[in-house]
Amino acid sequence: MTGPAIVATGVTRTYELDGVSVPALRGVSLTVADGDYLAVVGTSGSGKSTLMHLLGGLDRPTGGTLVIGGRDVTSLSAPELARLRNEVIGFVFQSFHLLPRTTARDNVALPLVYRGVGRRERRARAAALLERVGLGHRIDHRPNQLSGGEQQRVAIARALVTGPSVLLADEPTGNLDSATGEAVLSLLESLHADGVAIVLVTHDSEVAARAHRRIVMRDGLIVDPAPTPGGDR
Amino acid sequence: MRLAEAWRVALDALRANRLRSILTMLGVVIGVAAVVALVAIGTGTKQQIEQQVEGLGSNLLIVVPGRLEAGSVPSVSTLSLDDVDAVSRVVGDRSRVAVTVASGETVRAGSRTTFSSLQGVLETTPTVFVRTLDRGSYLTRADVGTGRRVAVLGAGVATQLFGDRDPIGRQITIGGVRFRVIGTFERLGQSLGVDRDNEVHVPVTAAQRLLGTDRIDGLAIRAPDRERIDELGADIVATLGERHPDTDFSAVTQEQILGVLGDILGVLTGVLAAIAGISLLVGGVGVSNIMLVSVRERTREIGLRKAVGARPRDIGLQFLLEAVLLTTLGGVLGMALGIGAALLVDRLTPVPAAITWWSLALAFGVSATVGIVFGVVPAQRAGRLDPVVALRTE
Repeated sequence: MTGPAIVATGVTRTYELDGVSVPALRGVSLTVADGDYLAVVGTSGSGKSTLMHLLGGLDRPTGGTLVIGGRDVTSLSAPELARLRNEVIGFVFQSFHLLPRTTARDNVALPLVYRGVGRRERRARAAALLERVGLGHRIDHRPNQLSGGEQQRVAIARALVTGPSVLLADEPTGNLDSATGEAVLSLLESLHADGVAIVLVTHDSEVAARAHRRIVMRDGLIVDPAPTPGGDR
Repeated sequence: MRLAEAWRVALDALRANRLRSILTMLGVVIGVAAVVALVAIGTGTKQQIEQQVEGLGSNLLIVVPGRLEAGSVPSVSTLSLDDVDAVSRVVGDRSRVAVTVASGETVRAGSRTTFSSLQGVLETTPTVFVRTLDRGSYLTRADVGTGRRVAVLGAGVATQLFGDRDPIGRQITIGGVRFRVIGTFERLGQSLGVDRDNEVHVPVTAAQRLLGTDRIDGLAIRAPDRERIDELGADIVATLGERHPDTDFSAVTQEQILGVLGDILGVLTGVLAAIAGISLLVGGVGVSNIMLVSVRERTREIGLRKAVGARPRDIGLQFLLEAVLLTTLGGVLGMALGIGAALLVDRLTPVPAAITWWSLALAFGVSATVGIVFGVVPAQRAGRLDPVVALRTE
């Protein structure tokens, strides 16, 4: 891919709740380059979750421009946006979001279903990625047979299975104890070393401190580093 | 997403909620089973009646007093044997004219009795209608002319009275009067709901004496050729009209009887199928309802699928196929149940049933359509869910 993975310029997002406009993002400019390792820090209500939804193509900005994988999100239809999420982005959620009653292997293979990859190849790729995250011995286990740390590693394997350029992780260690959280973070860092850009949304400053770059959000704006007019970070 | 994959996902979802899926299906199962069984019974009855009317013989013309139309009161017959002679002259052949005077009578042989349908007839009956003898001989013209007390028994009556013994030459009493058995009919079974094996044929003259009447109930004519059957009917009605100025007469052909019966049965079958169809519709509403519940329950799953790249139509397809799978599985089970019920009715009751391929195809098509129609709204709702909102749902 040419150019940065994600470029946000003056992005705003306003929710309409019962006719009242609630601004969640009030003008955010941000670039996620290939191979970045970025932490987004902020208290609850700072707009960091909204930002992550936008960066991941789950939502469209109200104003400003947002380019993901070289494509302007505002001009894309819902199916095109879905395809963009499938190809460019990998999501890791705080609560894992694995399908119950579905094996680790089939959970990991899920994004490939929507890419139209055949069953045999899906299963092979999923198995390889589970091996990569250290769960080669657990491929036929269901989520309720796995520990929290293992579930999150399955979720990471799923995020990686399509070969995305950016991994968006929303409080990936939020539901884990410190030891398993540390293991998950190391795993993410080893992936970063392999060339995947990582955006880590967290309110934990220790976790954020491990990133190469850190931005702090408050009230829908980036407050640190301080915004420079027309500047792009 | 590939279609095969979507089917698999839908099947998995149904398996995950096995009891709920089965209960939801039950509505469709019952609806389809009812449609198949009721249409089979309607069709079977219609076929049976057609066979029986045709089995009476071809080119039959039946003459009865009164007008043959819906709502008319059956008239008391004023016909007598003299009228039969007049009609025979119109037809030009006495052997083509049959008469009946009928009455239910107790028939006794030794210590055994049975209640049977006494038919006073001419010797022409086996020629006009299709009746074949098992043993002995039929009435002769001389028997009719002299009012001889001889009888030909239906197979059922013969068995009732004589068991395995040969009844020919034995004495019976009909309404207390002695008759001699000269023949028995072959077994015929039911016809238009009447047990034809329960008949006892005696000369019409003897029957009139027994019943104390000089009337006959009706006439049947086997027309010499098919083309002139309506003309002949009109001639006969005109002749009888001259002889009985106060009475109306009607002549009907088998085609007319079949047409009227067919219309009535067609309407009945249609009404039954429509009622069954309503239950299928109710089943469809149940499917719609459960699918909406299912979409709500799996909002998080929908959000996740969308996050990893499912398009709205992928999600919609998944839920639509789930609904279609529910109803088509229900449809197949319903067809099996309906066929089973129809066969059981056919076997265990006098009501006949005939499974028709079109009713099976229709039931299956309708159940699949019900799935699509009632699955569309839940599927669209699932497909349009905002992934951000869906992921947040607990």
